[in-house]
Amino acid sequence: MTNFSNMTIMGYRRENGRVGVRNHVLILPVDDISNAACEAVANNVKGTLAIPHAYGRLQFGEDLELHFRTMIGTGANPNVHSVVVIGIEPGWTKRIADGIRETGKEVAEFSIEQNGDFETIRRASWAAKDFVHKATEVQREECSINELWVSTKCGESDTTTGLGSCPTVGNMYDKLLPEGITGFFGETSEITGAEHICQKRAINEEVGARWYKMWKAYQDDVIFAHQTDDLSDSQPTKGNIEGGLTTIEEKALGNLEKIGRTSQFIDILEPAEMPKSGKGLYFMDSSSAAAECVTLMAAGGAVIHTFPTGQGNVVGNPIVPVIKITANPRTVRTMGEHVDVDVSGILRREQTIDEAGDALIEMIRRTANGRNTAAEALGHREFSMTKLYRSA
Amino acid sequence: MSNPAPNEIPHLLVHEEADNVGVVVVEGLTAGTDMLCCITHDNSTFRLTAGADVPIGHKIALKDLKDGDTAIKYGEDIGKIIADIPQGGHVHTQNCKTKRW
Repeated sequence: MTNFSNMTIMGYRRENGRVGVRNHVLILPVDDISNAACEAVANNVKGTLAIPHAYGRLQFGEDLELHFRTMIGTGANPNVHSVVVIGIEPGWTKRIADGIRETGKEVAEFSIEQNGDFETIRRASWAAKDFVHKATEVQREECSINELWVSTKCGESDTTTGLGSCPTVGNMYDKLLPEGITGFFGETSEITGAEHICQKRAINEEVGARWYKMWKAYQDDVIFAHQTDDLSDSQPTKGNIEGGLTTIEEKALGNLEKIGRTSQFIDILEPAEMPKSGKGLYFMDSSSAAAECVTLMAAGGAVIHTFPTGQGNVVGNPIVPVIKITANPRTVRTMGEHVDVDVSGILRREQTIDEAGDALIEMIRRTANGRNTAAEALGHREFSMTKLYRSA
Repeated sequence: MSNPAPNEIPHLLVHEEADNVGVVVVEGLTAGTDMLCCITHDNSTFRLTAGADVPIGHKIALKDLKDGDTAIKYGEDIGKIIADIPQGGHVHTQNCKTKRW
């Protein structure tokens, strides 16, 4: 077996000590009506990235807290060098800018009221240009692989994900978590059918009990409170069913293969919450929708996402490289441009799970060093905020 | 147990010995195919005749399954059988359903 303890990557060491693998200058809108100004700044200043989104007005309570957590977490992510924050008014704009500043990185904030789009764009463009000059002078440096925070979530799953691509991710976690990486998994609804098994993968009974309470609350407050039918068209999805998955139990058992044979989770995270219990694997309470889940885990601080797919989900993320892994030979044949790691050899019994896990780790290393993923090359930058309930 | 021809690629993969369904892993499988089946847990093999044209990724019954039986995959309960399925038959939403909702 390969020794991973000496493996290094070339990353960006940030002010707070965390290691990033990309070096984005973000133009971050606080709210939907600031998207236009952000996109104008990103158009003016090359090498910046605007992240337009649909929310940020008239939210309240837990839903508003999640909005702030997602915005601040996205800006705080070590894949981000610096951030220009633009909002319609100064209050919430400052709250998000100050939250990101706690990492020590440079943040410039602008609000549109009493300035208009023109003046805001003019001033924000100067700040963005200054950040681009600084970001492009930062050099990558050698860092241990154990400084990576790696998330996972699968999508357009089929029976081949449970046989090949999910166990490949599980094998990676079984090898790299003992080396000291930080991991994320989640997809609360998709654990249904395997919750008894997932609970046992908690590091101790107390964490397991808290995990079960979180899962049960989701079942009662979301699924059973809003269901109009038996959910057999949503979980599994139409794509899952086309791929041969028949029930949520079958889907959940395949999904859980992503945490391997020996990995245990040490704590539970709220959506978009950053881990605070040290190195190890975390379960994030999260949607099973691909873009939402990757967005939440990126806001939690993951710098690389591993994404097993069966039928061929094409999702990406603006700030986190998403590595696609598939074992389905038809998907490799028909959607090859989306595939980073082809593990279809597992189905032909030409490749073992152990070999596939090594191949994924090698792709993680190359991606961390700068190789663009298929999703990055194809411009997939899906940024989808999770919203808990209607705005005021 | 039979010995597969050298380099023969399996048609059907089964996770665990306790399972009563397996997954088609080749495209264009047709009824009557003499399938090489492999249990991934221990790499043991057996042969089974496909009873239907079954798409890649879809499941096949490893034995006769009756209405009311439990479908077993990963060695675990994945739902209930809701119509009789002969050995080699296609197992999917038409004859298998979740017990959860």
